[in-house]
Amino acid sequence: MIVTINGNRHEIDPSSRVADLPAIIHRADLRGLAIAVNGEVVSRSEWEDVRVEEGARVEILQAVQGG
Amino acid sequence: MEKFEVAGRVFASRLIFGTGGFTSLEVLARALEASGAEMATVAMRRVDPSSKGSVLGVLDEAGCDVLPNTAGCFTARDAVLTAHLAREALGTNWIKLEVIGDDRTLFPDGTELLTAARQLIEDGFVVLPYTSDDPVLARRLEDAGCAAVMPLGSPIGSGSGIRNPYNIAIITERASVPVILDAGIGTASDAAIAMELGCDGVLVASSIARAKDPVRMAEAIKSAVDAGRLAFEAGRIPRRLYAEPSTQTDGMPEL
Repeated sequence: MIVTINGNRHEIDPSSRVADLPAIIHRADLRGLAIAVNGEVVSRSEWEDVRVEEGARVEILQAVQGG
Repeated sequence: MEKFEVAGRVFASRLIFGTGGFTSLEVLARALEASGAEMATVAMRRVDPSSKGSVLGVLDEAGCDVLPNTAGCFTARDAVLTAHLAREALGTNWIKLEVIGDDRTLFPDGTELLTAARQLIEDGFVVLPYTSDDPVLARRLEDAGCAAVMPLGSPIGSGSGIRNPYNIAIITERASVPVILDAGIGTASDAAIAMELGCDGVLVASSIARAKDPVRMAEAIKSAVDAGRLAFEAGRIPRRLYAEPSTQTDGMPEL
């Protein structure tokens, strides 16, 4: 199924959980990340449980230089 | 010197370090050390696997606290969401709240800022809002429960110092929470002036990051913050229109 991650479309397994998504964009280390799906934060404690839906708009963020 | 406390955390340094604008993590690390800062800001952006090194790594190694910001947000909704994401990613309740109203001046949108602040305070955040030099807005933010207020001196990155020192003085005189001058500092004297106006601290980014010698400028601004605060605590002489002789007039010889 197709989802959008950080503005790019990706084909992913329909049984994917939120925890599987960073690997799709080649980010192995889950530390320091935050994930929002369709404009809502998904708490880290739920990453393993929350399923990803078809057409989901995902943002995977990290801290960078700023401010 | 009197201690600097924000939301129950006591800081030895009154300088908060902005990590934006450095082109090299190595220079950032050395400038951070030279500044003596104990807290530094970061922004939240999309993961980019091709980027090397990490600002968090630098801050961690320096033992520096992380203050995430909501840089780039123009609405309360986006700022609130970004703050929640930052809390998830970094495990801190502290947030430097920026809600921008204009993309040329980068001045805050007061209405959206206040809305976001109120929501985030309800959500348990320690909110440090980047605000204008309007004493009314500063009071509203304080009343809403912000842990500090951070008025700008002049536009972000403009290096134009403190355009309205009178408003800043009014803010510092009336505030019951720490006042941290945030944005527009260009060089050491601006930081000293901020402290002399009664600010409890300063947040600097571009003045250091984009200086010709960032490490040296970090050292300069550190000294300026110390000097300005000492001067403030020492109680300056007033500005007079006329002279006030410094030498006694009695005992003058008739020559």
